[in-house]
Amino acid sequence: MAESIRQNVKIRRTDPQSFLLFFLVHLAALLTMLALLFIIIYILVKGIPHLTPDLFSRTYTSENVSLFPALINTLLITVVSLLFAVPVGVGAAIYLTEYARRGNKLVGITGVAAETLSGIPSIVYGLFGSLFFVKYLGFGLSLLSGSLTLSIMILPLIMRTTEEALKSVPDSYREGSFGLGAGKLRTVFSIVLPCAVPGILSGIILGVGRIVGESAALIFTAGTVAETASSIFSSARTLSVHMYSISGEGLYIGQTYATAVVLLAVVILINAVSNYAAKKIGGERTDG
Amino acid sequence: MKHFKESAMKCLFLTTACVSVAAVILICIFLFANGVPAIQKIGVFHFLLGITWKPANNLYGNLPMIIGSLYVTAGALLIGVPVGILTAVFMARFCPKQIYRPMKAAVNLMAGIPSVVYGFFGLVVLVPMVRDLFGGRGMSVLTASILLGLMILPTIISVSETSIRAVPNSYYEGGLALGASHEKSVFFTVVPAAKSGIFAGVVLGIGRAIGETMAVMMVAGNQAAIPAGVTSGVRTLTTNIVLEMGYSTDLHREALIGTAVILFVFILIINISLSLFKRSVQ
Repeated sequence: MAESIRQNVKIRRTDPQSFLLFFLVHLAALLTMLALLFIIIYILVKGIPHLTPDLFSRTYTSENVSLFPALINTLLITVVSLLFAVPVGVGAAIYLTEYARRGNKLVGITGVAAETLSGIPSIVYGLFGSLFFVKYLGFGLSLLSGSLTLSIMILPLIMRTTEEALKSVPDSYREGSFGLGAGKLRTVFSIVLPCAVPGILSGIILGVGRIVGESAALIFTAGTVAETASSIFSSARTLSVHMYSISGEGLYIGQTYATAVVLLAVVILINAVSNYAAKKIGGERTDG
Repeated sequence: MKHFKESAMKCLFLTTACVSVAAVILICIFLFANGVPAIQKIGVFHFLLGITWKPANNLYGNLPMIIGSLYVTAGALLIGVPVGILTAVFMARFCPKQIYRPMKAAVNLMAGIPSVVYGFFGLVVLVPMVRDLFGGRGMSVLTASILLGLMILPTIISVSETSIRAVPNSYYEGGLALGASHEKSVFFTVVPAAKSGIFAGVVLGIGRAIGETMAVMMVAGNQAAIPAGVTSGVRTLTTNIVLEMGYSTDLHREALIGTAVILFVFILIINISLSLFKRSVQ
């Protein structure tokens, strides 16, 4: 090993092309990491001094610019979106992996549909949401309209991760269950699904991340009211939309930094949970 | 009874499987039904190739925004593609084991940072920087390109890395056995073998760059005119919608939905070409 490294160093010294490639690869990796570190540290340094208790007051006024209502709204929209997206996404994945026969046309069509959905920009979702949920179905600018829009947006993500998780459950489990006399439904719910839970969870966590970060799709569906939503039909802005609104007004630069810190903290937390889950899944796979 | 439950649940699962297809159809119907009549009323030619967007004077030319989107996306690719692919090569083939895990987590985190946070960072850091270095007002094609280049990095890195890792190790070993250095084996045997996956990553990056809204809006200046140079302001298709949707009425509103139709068609073309490409590779 040591010999090969020494040899490599020697080649690098004598062969400019190898050296150049070596240099470029490291430079690129360094640039990527430095950019990320710079963004995070810059936001933290500028934002943490502005994290005052005022910012977490129960109600929003133009003086305290409280982000607390937006935080609660984010939580509400996340929960409601998941309530729609998870059952549908998991159900669809169950149909596609457990029920659909090989060569079933629907598998191909839903695949294309899911791929199309995941490529649509969030502003187009926002526009669709405002045309369909807000106007056509008459839900108005509301938490419900926003959540429904977001649930369509994260549906392909949930579907794909669940499908992959279900596919990775060995067929012998299913055969064993059938052999013991269980029906299809029972096999799916008590044998296959429990094994796939970690994979499904990681998909849900990714979905939560997308919901928390979303703004363009929410402005014209959930609106920008800065108060805690009192019902599912009231307009409510999430943390991202809140940050966008106060950054545009130009009066609240300090508060915007602080809101960015809170948003980053939420995202980092979500990522940590998802890494932990991924490690768990990886660990289980090597055991089994 | 049991049989009934089985088939009822099967029907239910089938229904949920159809939801994604129904969603795509609904999105198409609502966008096209609301946007296409306006495009016809304004005139397809004027709508796509008109160079003035002045809703007050009933001028709805989208060319500045189409060109704006293309410029900004091209700029983002110039920055994001080389850095992204090289970083992916580093992660797959050069990275010491101890660094790999934190680096992977960092790339995932980069993908998870909300676009408003990127946009705000661009506004307070990149805009003054570009203003000082290159002149102009700072809100420009260049600023938006740099920011978008950063934002598409994680997409390009993770897709490229996966495809580089999927190349059989024998390619690399063959290169070494023929006397090539580590770098040369990686770049001249492994990377070319992974090129279809890398290409897919770049196309996904294009999709992200064209579709990005909030971050671009905060740094691009948003003038509805064809940018004269890299330091002049620019308005993209996405930002055009967000900027004016809030107060628009009647034909103006429909014209904005028409802009979304253009954007949607762009994305569909990208998606379809990507899946055709994937199929042809397989």
